[in-house]
Amino acid sequence: MARKLNLRIWRGDSTDGGLKDVQVDVNEGEVVLDVIHRVQATQMGDLAVRWNCKAGKCGSCSMEINGKPRLACMTQVASFGEDETITVTPLRAFPVIKDLVTDVSFNYKKAMEIPAYEPPKELAPGEARMEQIDVERSQEFRKCIECFLCQDTCHVIRDHEENKKSFAGPRFFIRIAELDMHPLDMLKNRKRTAQEEHGLGMCNITKCCTEVCPEHIKITDNAIIPMKERVVDIKYDPARMFAGLLKREKRS
Amino acid sequence: MSGVFSPTRAKIKERTLRTDKWWLEPAITFGVLFSFVIYATFRAFEGANYYKDHLISPFYSPCLSEACVPGATLFGWTPVSAEIFNFALSPALIILIFPLGFRMTCYYYRKAYYRAFWLSPPACAVAEPHTKYTGETRAPLILQNAHRWFFYAGLLLNVILTYDAVISFKNPEGQWGHMSVGSLVLVVSSTLLWFYSLSCHTCRHTIGGRLKHFSAHPVRYKLWTWVSALNHKHQQFAWYSLAGVAFADIYVRQVATGAWTNFYFF
Repeated sequence: MARKLNLRIWRGDSTDGGLKDVQVDVNEGEVVLDVIHRVQATQMGDLAVRWNCKAGKCGSCSMEINGKPRLACMTQVASFGEDETITVTPLRAFPVIKDLVTDVSFNYKKAMEIPAYEPPKELAPGEARMEQIDVERSQEFRKCIECFLCQDTCHVIRDHEENKKSFAGPRFFIRIAELDMHPLDMLKNRKRTAQEEHGLGMCNITKCCTEVCPEHIKITDNAIIPMKERVVDIKYDPARMFAGLLKREKRS
Repeated sequence: MSGVFSPTRAKIKERTLRTDKWWLEPAITFGVLFSFVIYATFRAFEGANYYKDHLISPFYSPCLSEACVPGATLFGWTPVSAEIFNFALSPALIILIFPLGFRMTCYYYRKAYYRAFWLSPPACAVAEPHTKYTGETRAPLILQNAHRWFFYAGLLLNVILTYDAVISFKNPEGQWGHMSVGSLVLVVSSTLLWFYSLSCHTCRHTIGGRLKHFSAHPVRYKLWTWVSALNHKHQQFAWYSLAGVAFADIYVRQVATGAWTNFYFF
């Protein structure tokens, strides 16, 4: 049975904009994206919204719903109170293009900065083999749908525009971790570049990326912290420092 | 104007549009951690009431100062002078840097206090008040990378605190085979500390996380899966062990001052 829902939608572009109140019908079982489409169909024909699969697998309909970065297609209207007004805004970490659509090209630029998988030279294409337990570890990271909610909520860039130059963000730390944990990846300096070029050290482990991930990837525990520990291995580990000193003494 | 108020971003004047009680968790964290810091500071400087009848407070163990009361030392070893520059040094001050350093650099506590104390950020998608941010890339926060050093020291401390728990199974006359409420408190406290240390992210990494080939190291992989299971509960162990240590200290202090009697089960 339909009921009326109070919705506040941010409308505007990079020059100006604001929240507009609308009242819209909502049916049982509908998600926020459904009511946005109804508003678009009945009241705001020019409302810009990015969407595609409506199944939480394409990562297109990322937006902020009552201030939280979420997928509109996976957010049940019923998860809010019946009298509650739902506020929908574009992602606040990226430049707005129009209404609920933002320019997420920052992420594609960062993706290009991550060195690709480097296979062993002695193996021809198709010859590489991996054990299941090695595959499973990086499989978690392959679930990423590139919705960029983790990038949006990360305060390193959300609250500090100037850091975008030097910080790849959680989505790309899982990419780096996936490759660094890959048994057959031959690139040697991923740990060092993760810290020195991609800004791993800027992350202060507040776990917001993990909290918002719709695929429930343990971004902080399984990718960022392990990468930080791998950097410690090569730069700050007391046992390795001691071993290094001993080796140097032997050489001299 | 930076961050969410940058010129190209959607013009929204609110720092956050969250409608839930996002402030509650950092407020509770702040209250609990701040209370613990005040209490621990008081106890660290008190320099008394830390030992009674084979019960020693975890804040004072190992007791390495010449000022330690008889019985509180570890095998009678007191390498540190009772005074430094005419300042009477509480035995707790000599060793507290190690558990303090371990917790300060702990990946879980970092999340907790960056949010609750430094508001960086106060909660997810809530704009932080700072105009600049460099994270853990420079001093002093680059010292967070010393977590592994404190992890090793913490393991050693756990061994000593477990030894203290074993020693507490003596009666006041020094005979073995007796158990008191104090023994139970120290056993629970040291056990929780082991769970906290073994569930640590550094432990998880050291035991097997640093490997590229799990399949080539089946034993370490198995250990890694066990530590990973503990690691899921690291936040809980961090709080439980903090409460355990605080209560163990309160208990020993109350017994040492005579306010409470240490009841013996047998």
